[in-house]
Amino acid sequence: MATAIIPSLLRKFTNGEERVTARGRNVRELIADLNRQFPGLASHLLEGDDLKPSVAVSVDGEIGPGGIMEPIGESSEVHFLPAIGGGSDKARRRA
Amino acid sequence: MAKKTLVETNINGEAVEFLCEPRQSLLECLRDVLELTGSKEGCLTGDCGACSVLLDGRAVCSCLMLGVEARGKNIRTVEGLANGTTLHPLQQKFLEHASLQCGICTPGFLMSATALLERNPNPTEAEVRYALAGNLCRCTGYDKIVRAVLDAAKSMKSGVSTSRAA
Amino acid sequence: MEGTTSNGKFKVIGTRPIRHDGVDKVIGRAKYGADYAFPGMLHGKVLRSPHAHAKIKSINTAKALKLPGVKAVVTAADLPEAANRLEQAGEMAINPHHLSLNILARDKVLYDGHAIAAVAATSPHIAEEALKLIEVEYEVLPPVMTVDAAMKPGAPILLPDLRNREEGDKPTNVAQHYQFKRGDLEAGFKAADFVIEREFNTAMVHQGYIEPHNAVGIYNADGQATIYCSTQGAFEVRSLSAQVLGVAVGKIKVVPAEIGGGFGGKTTIYLEPLSVLLSKKTGHPVKLVMTRSEVLRASGPTSGSQIKVKMGATHDGKIVAAEVWMAYEAGAFPGSPVGAGAMCILAPYTIENLQIDAYDVVVNRPKTAAYRAPGASNAAMASETVIDEIAEKCGMDPLELRIKNGVHEGSPQVVGPPFKRIGFIETCEAIRHSDHYNSKLTGAHRGRGVASGFWFNAGMQSSATVNIHTDGTASVVTGSPDIGGSRASMAMITAEVLGLPVTDVRPVVADTDSIGHTDVTGGSRVTFATGMAVYEAAQDAARQLRERAAKVWEVKPEDVQLGDGAVSVKDTASFEKGEGKPPMTIKELATKLARTGGPISGRASVNARGVGPAFATTLIDVEVDPDTGKVQVLRCTVAQDVGKAIHPSYVEGQMQGGTAQGIGWGLNEEYFYDDKGVLRNTGLLDYRMPTCLDLPLIETAIVEVPNPGHPLGVRGVGEVSIVPPPAALANAIYRATGVRMTETPMSPPRLLKEMLKKRPGEESQSAAAD
Repeated sequence: MATAIIPSLLRKFTNGEERVTARGRNVRELIADLNRQFPGLASHLLEGDDLKPSVAVSVDGEIGPGGIMEPIGESSEVHFLPAIGGGSDKARRRA
Repeated sequence: MAKKTLVETNINGEAVEFLCEPRQSLLECLRDVLELTGSKEGCLTGDCGACSVLLDGRAVCSCLMLGVEARGKNIRTVEGLANGTTLHPLQQKFLEHASLQCGICTPGFLMSATALLERNPNPTEAEVRYALAGNLCRCTGYDKIVRAVLDAAKSMKSGVSTSRAA
Repeated sequence: MEGTTSNGKFKVIGTRPIRHDGVDKVIGRAKYGADYAFPGMLHGKVLRSPHAHAKIKSINTAKALKLPGVKAVVTAADLPEAANRLEQAGEMAINPHHLSLNILARDKVLYDGHAIAAVAATSPHIAEEALKLIEVEYEVLPPVMTVDAAMKPGAPILLPDLRNREEGDKPTNVAQHYQFKRGDLEAGFKAADFVIEREFNTAMVHQGYIEPHNAVGIYNADGQATIYCSTQGAFEVRSLSAQVLGVAVGKIKVVPAEIGGGFGGKTTIYLEPLSVLLSKKTGHPVKLVMTRSEVLRASGPTSGSQIKVKMGATHDGKIVAAEVWMAYEAGAFPGSPVGAGAMCILAPYTIENLQIDAYDVVVNRPKTAAYRAPGASNAAMASETVIDEIAEKCGMDPLELRIKNGVHEGSPQVVGPPFKRIGFIETCEAIRHSDHYNSKLTGAHRGRGVASGFWFNAGMQSSATVNIHTDGTASVVTGSPDIGGSRASMAMITAEVLGLPVTDVRPVVADTDSIGHTDVTGGSRVTFATGMAVYEAAQDAARQLRERAAKVWEVKPEDVQLGDGAVSVKDTASFEKGEGKPPMTIKELATKLARTGGPISGRASVNARGVGPAFATTLIDVEVDPDTGKVQVLRCTVAQDVGKAIHPSYVEGQMQGGTAQGIGWGLNEEYFYDDKGVLRNTGLLDYRMPTCLDLPLIETAIVEVPNPGHPLGVRGVGEVSIVPPPAALANAIYRATGVRMTETPMSPPRLLKEMLKKRPGEESQSAAAD
């Protein structure tokens, strides 16, 4: 089971919990599983079939350029962060 | 629109003739009429020094001069600093000291520094800073520029020839 | 690493060769965007709003079109409507509708300088005259100039469609709210021995590049357009211009000219689509160049901000709780760097209990653009001065306090995963051991201050090819415009891998058709990510060289090694016995390429992982004139963790340049708007950047804590040095004057006013100083 760290403003979906567990072989599946547990959460993370442009995901310490397709391991730690990059105000890593 | 007028002048040691409108600045004439784009446009109000050229040996902002005012004068630009393919010591030292990052201010600094060293071959750091205060650089913080000018002064004193046009 | 000498030390990396583009730049031959000229070229100028906030009732271009020499006039009516939502365009998340509106306003103007129309004429002077003939009818609206004013209930609304999730369907000027929370804030403050609470205001500042924006657009009859411009990202210009013009990305080729400074401000577009639009209408190339006044009025500055910081600590110097409220000016359209600022503000410290609320607020100022570690300098001005107060209250050396609370490998970030290997503590130690720190500062009205800063740095996409030429020299081609000397580092990395002299490797910055996709030069990413692509491309070329040698010698490729610019068979024993093959230099091998398979090109593309964040700590000595409030910087030392310095001179250059900008930010730079929202300091005399008389030599301490994510240990170096100086100056000014400044710039009138407040019997003078 992977651990997902939920952004502060979305903890209203998880009863205030910061750290929750979920399953998935990649970020897309993980978000789907999170949405099953906490309905409504996905609409704040996804746009169409990809991450919202304003959202970045780090898996095991690395903001993977794969985004929604980034693989997740058995006990990965996944953080959802604002998509922020240097040199330009908003940067996004994408497959 | 006023008719163009003929200007006869001397640029980098060569007699030059060009046509310009009276309202065109010397900077515009150098860049757009004579295709000498080494002098740069940064502000058009004489505050940044990127357009610095030597007018009868004095460093001036070419954006503050009209092209017609060049009549009968000796103008030196960055294009005339090197002696053929031998760089001026200032140019050489700027390269060695990594005194340029984007390089847009470099021609202006080279001309102002040339005027300084021709007037004062042995400046202190404070004198260098004072003489170059009219040239803005946003990339380097000036550290390596000042070091290069001081180093060039040293090497010029020890007998390296400079390209000194009339 | 393949290609180095057997003792493992670098031969080229770490040295200071002269940059390959250097001669062209010192003789004035290098071509910057405004230096380009083409046969039949016309000149363009832009009509800009004189009002900060107004409805456009009508635009009449008839008279302008009649002026002899005018060939075309365009307005927003010539651009397609664009989707009003956040989308991917190149590497940025942008709202195409807002981007298009910023290029040419449609129904409203939102800042003094907002573009409304563009003219192409046979001379720039005629184009300027034509602007005066364009008739625009405005309905002037009240300007909203500060985050305070914008967030007040009942404030005039800038963008009627703007909503944020928390206010539902209510029109608002607050585009975004970020929040980061950890631990238990209330319990944290309860456990503190003392709490310090301060409010800060930082003024809007501009990147200040000496070269104004420029673009030459050439539209061809076959529908293909070419743009020559000074930019930090040719591919970004292509994506964004295509977006605005409503054409496919492949219809535009962008050729990056040399660039005269960017600092983030040239990662977006202003003139580029206009140049293509005017070229299409006239059938000629069209050049547009901004004046300095236009640059200041209408190209992205960075946000002014209001920041409230509350920190609790125990007497032994442990920070136990922190609460931050921050609102940044986005300018006319959403997108301030407040999110990044929120993630940087407490980044160097491990604080168990924290909450940060950050707001992106639109105001009637130019749309902000990135500026070197966007958002972080504002934030550090607030946090690093409060940290200084905490140190004072605990009787601790401010460096000691930073080290005590400082992050290291495994420490949690404000948001996101724990840090990997980082060098924050090392930068504090470097300052502690510096000459500067260990020298006494004596004299009246003098003070010494220190501050630290953090920046994430970026990875993103880069492509590179390394071509081996018929004479055994090489060229390395990338798509990263060189704003600070990076192309020299690309050549150095290639030279190191292949074992060639660096003068035998020529670096090239290519256009969007000639190299694979490459994201912007920015985010301190070129040496990191493009360097990574170059390293891999050079390794690819090296592999091919070994394979060719193997073919020539009829041995297996695994038995061939490349080192010191030559290939040789690994089995030296048989060579020494007289049976093996003598080594072949790359020069010799190059003559055999045609017969062994053809030309060699190494290639690589990366979407880089393994980014290493950067920390800097800066020490500044000042002297304050008690009569004028003028601050003179006496001495300055900056320590920064760079991972691995490929070309130390250019690394030092980045550290010094960022420091100088931070000093200008802290002491003198700001936008002066009048009560109508019109910018009053539109030139470089009154937008006061540091001159060389304002600064001392800037001492640098390069700290190298290798980034485990990069083959050479590189961390980005370009940005973080701009973060500490405003706070370091504030801390120094405090020690010199007893005044704790809570606003920037700490310019003479502002500082004098505060100093006079503190002097007994001078209160009336303080009022007069207003």
